[in-house]
Amino acid sequence: MSTYPLDRADLAAIAGWIPPGAHILDLGCGDGTLLGYLAEQRGASGYGVEISRDDVLACVRRGVNVIQGDIERGLSDFADGSFDYVILSQTLQAVKNSEYVVQEMLRVGRQGIVTFPNFGYWRNRLQVMLGRMPVSDNLPYDWYDTPNIHLCTVADFEDFCAGHGVRVLERIVIRNGGVVSLLPNLLGSLAVYRFERG
Amino acid sequence: MQRERIGFLFMDSEKTGSIGVVAPQRVRFTQPLVLRCGATLTDYDLVYETYGMLNATRSNAILVCHALSGSHHVAGRYAGEPKNTGWWNNIVGPGKPLDTDRFFIVGVNNPGGCHGSTGPATINPASGKPWGADFPLVAVIDWVHAQARLADHLGIDAWAAVVGGSLGGMQALRWAITYPERIRHALVIAAAPRLTAQNIAFNDVARQAILTDPDFHGGHYYEHGVVPRRGLRLARMLGHITYLSDDAMAAKFGRELRAGELRFHFDVEFEIESYLRHQGDKFADSFDANTYLLMTKTLDYFDPARECDGDLSATMAKARAKFLVVSFTTDWRFSPARSREIVKALLDNHLDVSYAEITSPHGHDSFLMEDAHYHAILRSYLENIAL
Repeated sequence: MSTYPLDRADLAAIAGWIPPGAHILDLGCGDGTLLGYLAEQRGASGYGVEISRDDVLACVRRGVNVIQGDIERGLSDFADGSFDYVILSQTLQAVKNSEYVVQEMLRVGRQGIVTFPNFGYWRNRLQVMLGRMPVSDNLPYDWYDTPNIHLCTVADFEDFCAGHGVRVLERIVIRNGGVVSLLPNLLGSLAVYRFERG
Repeated sequence: MQRERIGFLFMDSEKTGSIGVVAPQRVRFTQPLVLRCGATLTDYDLVYETYGMLNATRSNAILVCHALSGSHHVAGRYAGEPKNTGWWNNIVGPGKPLDTDRFFIVGVNNPGGCHGSTGPATINPASGKPWGADFPLVAVIDWVHAQARLADHLGIDAWAAVVGGSLGGMQALRWAITYPERIRHALVIAAAPRLTAQNIAFNDVARQAILTDPDFHGGHYYEHGVVPRRGLRLARMLGHITYLSDDAMAAKFGRELRAGELRFHFDVEFEIESYLRHQGDKFADSFDANTYLLMTKTLDYFDPARECDGDLSATMAKARAKFLVVSFTTDWRFSPARSREIVKALLDNHLDVSYAEITSPHGHDSFLMEDAHYHAILRSYLENIAL
């Protein structure tokens, strides 16, 4: 039994991709749950980057390496190619300069992993059709207080990758913790991608 | 009114347990210490204090390194001197972030200091007179070697942690480079990997104030029965301005007038003048001018990356410790960007490091202040140190 239960399906999917001993950078690492889990279960090393002081404290409390900083300002403290994986979980949709952040991920890491709420999920589409901004488990905010400024769909993200020299290596689309293989852009609520420079 | 303000900035809280009455100890080392400048201290005394108990495996020792004006008196108070509390009493004590119930904590006055360890006011065995300005210019690495001998004396093979702020943080960094096998954690607070030209410039103005004081007598003022008080006072006033932030000064003093109205003279008019003069006077009464000169040079000289042609990452490749690096948002003497230079060098070496940038209004002096989040970061980090 892990002391770091991964109660988020996207984190469990990411953990499944990380080989033992990998060196990892977790951008927007929150309270360090994923890094703590990967250190314990995979012998992974690495750092989280987090802007919130309370989350920085939570990471220090857990014994997870954390660098307090703003990923929007780039990753200049990190050298080219210094990580096996750079992870950005449920943060891509909340950064101002998504293109720059993805480029920086692939500068400092061999591979990137992102997770984001799929705006194309049918329940989101339905709410928009009914004239409302979607609110759900993966999009738990009202329009006026949401940090999510760059929402996209599975199809949008794949177009972005194709247009930015990013090669998708693996994709898992999830709903209620289960993997969706049929019509993922319609039936999946959460997308998890692993990619490298194309 | 003035007292209250000073209290706001410097008083320790006694909310958590205080360590109570402490007493300094002294040890003489007779093995010569060859200094970076080429000179040798044939023998020397170190004055130190310890708090808490060294455990059976001797794995719980923490060295606290002092900054420019600090000393071995880190925590507690002296018998009969209830106001003489240690300079980091709010951090070190039972139940405090540096918890004396768990750790054995050592504070030491560095060679060249003026609180009892061998320094400029000590008698030079070669001349039979006080060293004065002839005391060799000691470097951070010399202090670290001296501290290593103190560790030997105390039976400590490896420190659980070496902790320091400002110049103290530089000692922690130097420990990690020079004795990688003798330090498990380095807590580098409000420090920098080297001084900037601006830092050196401030230090030199401070030194000039002392050196040009007619009572300085080439550093041999002890023999003349005087001290270069004016110079030392000015040096401290200048230094003090750089330790505070513009915002903190504005918030506490603003343009407030002592007399409530302009008096059109050169005596104290603004509250900030009163505060600075008081700080200068207090310091000039308690600190030695030669030590001040020497310590500022120690700061100026610190640049461990010189060993690797200025490449700090290559320098830190020697380190094995885990690091906590802490900076403060309003510290412009050693700004957060300077701490991040250290962090970057550690990241480049895949060393374990956490970095916290504490939002604080108090400038460089923040590292001495009571701040719940800052203290929580230190406490949480130290709680994870396995003994």
